[in-house]
Amino acid sequence: MDYLLLQVLNGVQLGLLMFLLAAGLTLTFGIMDLVNLAHGSLYMMGAYIAWTFVGWTDSFVLGALLALPATFLLGVVVEMVVARRLYARDHLDQVLATFGLILFFNELVRVIWGPAGKSLAVPAFLNRTVEILPGVPYPAYRFAIIVVGAVVAVLLAWLVARTRLGMLIRAGASNRRMIGALGVDIELLFTLVFGLGAVFAGLAGLMAAPITSVKIGMGDDILILAFVIIVIGGIGSIKGAFVAAMLVGQIDIVGRAFLPDFLKTFLSSAAASSAAPAISQVLVYVVMAGVLVWRPTGLFGQRA
Amino acid sequence: MTYRLFGAATIAALAFGLQPAMAQAPIKIGFISTFSGPQAAIGEDMRRSVELAKEHLGGKMAGRAFEIIYEDDQFKPDVGKQRSEKLVQQDKVNFVAGYIWSNVLLASLKTVTDEGDTILISSNAGPSQIAGELCNKNFFSTSWQNDQTPMAMGAYLQGKAVKSLYLMAGNYAAGKDMLAGVKRTFKGQIIGEDLTKWPDQLDFSAELAKIRAAKPDGIFIFYPGAHGVQFLTQYAQAGLKGQIPLYQVFSIDAITLPQQKELALGTMGAQEWVNDLPNDQNKRFVADFRKKHGVFPSFYGAQSYDSIMLIASAAEALKGDLSSKDKVRAELKKANFKSLRGDFKYNTNQFPIQNFYIQEAVKDAEGTMTLKTVATAVKDAKDPYYEKCPMK
Amino acid sequence: MTDLVAALRTTRGIVTLVLLVLLAVLPLLTQAFDQRYLLSIGTRVLIWAIAAVSLNLILGYGGMVSFGHAVFFGTGGYAVGILAHHGIASGWIQWPVAIAASALWALVVGALSLRTRGLYFIMITLAFAQLLYYVGVGLEAYGADDGLNIGRSRFAGLIDLRDKASFYWLCLALLCATLWFCSRFANSRFGLVIRGAKSNELRMAALGFPVFRYRLAAFTISGAFGGLSGILMANEGAYISPAMMSWVKSGDLIVIVVLGGMGTLFGPLYGTIAFFLLEESLKPLLDLLRKGWGEYWQIVFGPMLVLIALYARGGIDSLMGRSRG
Repeated sequence: MDYLLLQVLNGVQLGLLMFLLAAGLTLTFGIMDLVNLAHGSLYMMGAYIAWTFVGWTDSFVLGALLALPATFLLGVVVEMVVARRLYARDHLDQVLATFGLILFFNELVRVIWGPAGKSLAVPAFLNRTVEILPGVPYPAYRFAIIVVGAVVAVLLAWLVARTRLGMLIRAGASNRRMIGALGVDIELLFTLVFGLGAVFAGLAGLMAAPITSVKIGMGDDILILAFVIIVIGGIGSIKGAFVAAMLVGQIDIVGRAFLPDFLKTFLSSAAASSAAPAISQVLVYVVMAGVLVWRPTGLFGQRA
Repeated sequence: MTYRLFGAATIAALAFGLQPAMAQAPIKIGFISTFSGPQAAIGEDMRRSVELAKEHLGGKMAGRAFEIIYEDDQFKPDVGKQRSEKLVQQDKVNFVAGYIWSNVLLASLKTVTDEGDTILISSNAGPSQIAGELCNKNFFSTSWQNDQTPMAMGAYLQGKAVKSLYLMAGNYAAGKDMLAGVKRTFKGQIIGEDLTKWPDQLDFSAELAKIRAAKPDGIFIFYPGAHGVQFLTQYAQAGLKGQIPLYQVFSIDAITLPQQKELALGTMGAQEWVNDLPNDQNKRFVADFRKKHGVFPSFYGAQSYDSIMLIASAAEALKGDLSSKDKVRAELKKANFKSLRGDFKYNTNQFPIQNFYIQEAVKDAEGTMTLKTVATAVKDAKDPYYEKCPMK
Repeated sequence: MTDLVAALRTTRGIVTLVLLVLLAVLPLLTQAFDQRYLLSIGTRVLIWAIAAVSLNLILGYGGMVSFGHAVFFGTGGYAVGILAHHGIASGWIQWPVAIAASALWALVVGALSLRTRGLYFIMITLAFAQLLYYVGVGLEAYGADDGLNIGRSRFAGLIDLRDKASFYWLCLALLCATLWFCSRFANSRFGLVIRGAKSNELRMAALGFPVFRYRLAAFTISGAFGGLSGILMANEGAYISPAMMSWVKSGDLIVIVVLGGMGTLFGPLYGTIAFFLLEESLKPLLDLLRKGWGEYWQIVFGPMLVLIALYARGGIDSLMGRSRG
């Protein structure tokens, strides 16, 4: 039972981290109709910038707090220089241009920070385990990620459901032309939303950094997973992104924690231990393909 | 029309770097490694060591100048193969060395050794196929065969009070080789075994929770490069450090230690070379490397340095005349050079017969994290595949 | 015939003719100038061009942005490799099996994914490609991610694929055949429906065309030609590995098609040549500026892609004036 709870928590933690990344992606897509492959680069930049600031300030929290506005600024610059020219283009041009940005950022990081990865230490007050139940220790840092992730999710839900910005976001996701008719400064709105997405990506990156270490291309691997999440959830839907992120988090953990034992009930031990990682590796893709065959616009997506 | 066509072709040829052949041209050595992406730090360490070898040789082999042409495999087998092809066909190198990854080496092997009839010296990768049925007269290794290092670790653990192990590695060919290797020599109980997504798994929480529940006497891991940093961090965060000891191959080295820092303290690993091996050439190599770059060299670097020195030994013996490939191969096979790991002999499949040591991650007198030899795990070890190699 | 003569008077016609002649005599030139590596690049260009032409069939003409086209390098390559591994070396068996396997996979994927649109379609094709990629990584009997060294296909008495020049000319002939098929396709009734559905699907459906089935057929044909490029790729390197199917390769193929000019006959060929030229020359060029800079070539290549996406809409093909198609 304790073991099960631990694994569920692991899935929740992974899901929330993915949600932070997916939220920005689905926002930019929902409102600006932009397929932004460079979102993973913002995740990476968030981690590298945080590493630099933590080094200067000697404090993880202070460094992280400084890194967030910095990634916001970076997002704004990317939006003004490249992204805004892509909104009216078809998805293919967007894929191509933002793929170019990935290459650029990966090389840029190598020029600035060098080829070796960086490690960001867990802040001292979180470098221990907490007992979530008597006798069940859980890393305090991962627990902190769950708390921050949940707070951000609630904040985002409030922002989208209750504020004027949220109203515009919802309006934009369902009908892009309408926001123009409302007399809103669209350019500013777009820049803000893009910057907001960058902050979420940067936050995800810097929170993941003490777990996964800071390295070149760290955003590329995770980007595809983030896309899988927004596609399962339905593009443009924050709720969908949240549900899908939780789902993907649990699928991933189940595949790794329980699948091998499950397979051993009807396969030989050797066959099970070689089949399990293969199956768990493709599980999210199978789920995504299944969801799309069943609902071509994802769980919560509007019809195209 | 013909004239024009050939004119265009000449321009094309010039654009691709056509160079006129010269009489006493320098010896050319191609060096394939990973110089971009997350694993670029390994390539950088290898290049620094090769450059140091060049410096120690005074830029000459048997009085002949030599040049090294570095090519980036981008961690992809097809790119590695193309770059190898370029080295052999366009640069017409005398030797190709380097290769971190088994799959890059396997993709490039035929292009270099068969179609190019060029001698390939692997400075790291050692897949079982090349030690066995795919062994080749043009292939030499200055590293090891994949199974050997974990076998050394397993043999050491077998002799200790370790009764049960939990095994973890990336889910790819080398990862499976490593687990197979440790199982060859460790006869205690294997309590659990996890192959994790490779190379994109970022999180080990599920596996660490399993280990905590399984309560083994020790954990054996194989996570090279950046993944070793990730694993060690999460192992410590999960509170397992101090409770279940960790044993590793290729997961803690001079490249990853500056990031792993104290987390690595006390962890044992196996390797054929350690930076404190007491021979003179090794002392000089490590001291000069540290003076130049401020950090310790890694085993990747040491093996690369050895590759260049091995070539130099053949060139010296032949007085710089590399025209007969048979003679060059015969000289290489003698391994008549001062290896940083100490002298070794070549087996029939042209992999070294060598010792493996157990090393511990420690803090030296200056407070720098480094590796220290604590025991000799096996002596004059041969890989388990050489009998499948048709060469005698 | 008069059409052909008229076509040859345009810039596009002349450039294409010169290009084809150059490609045809390349092995002679590389031999004369002792530039074997140039021939290797040439062979790879032809193989990639076949894949790009096949992607262009659905992407350029049909507007179906498949982000998993490199999977057909894998289906074609693995079919050849697995048969060769089991001692069936004859190309007469290997090649038809490989093409059938690729078409079959395309049929299944197409049937499941063609109901989706836009980013959903991009992602579902990627998902299926990743699926096969990881299957390849898991195939321990065939080398898993280490890949497999294989013997080349045998066509006894007809052609020896180990001979670089013969193999090059075979690739060129197959590329020409693929281009010929593509030109017939684009102007057939079938092709017109596919192209019509790209700009207005509802209209085509209203006219009574079963758009889904037409698209599925196009997707399957594209897969078959993609498989052909996979067969050639396996024979070129005498090696197969899951890396042939990595999603980055699928991305490269899209870049090539867009770079050359979508929905144009020769665009994919121009795109492939330009892509390989950039890849091979950017590094040495930067090294010329300053030694050591070559390694950072992607810092230049990245922004170039951005500029292409922003300002070179019609690709290279459009530089030669308006397309007839």
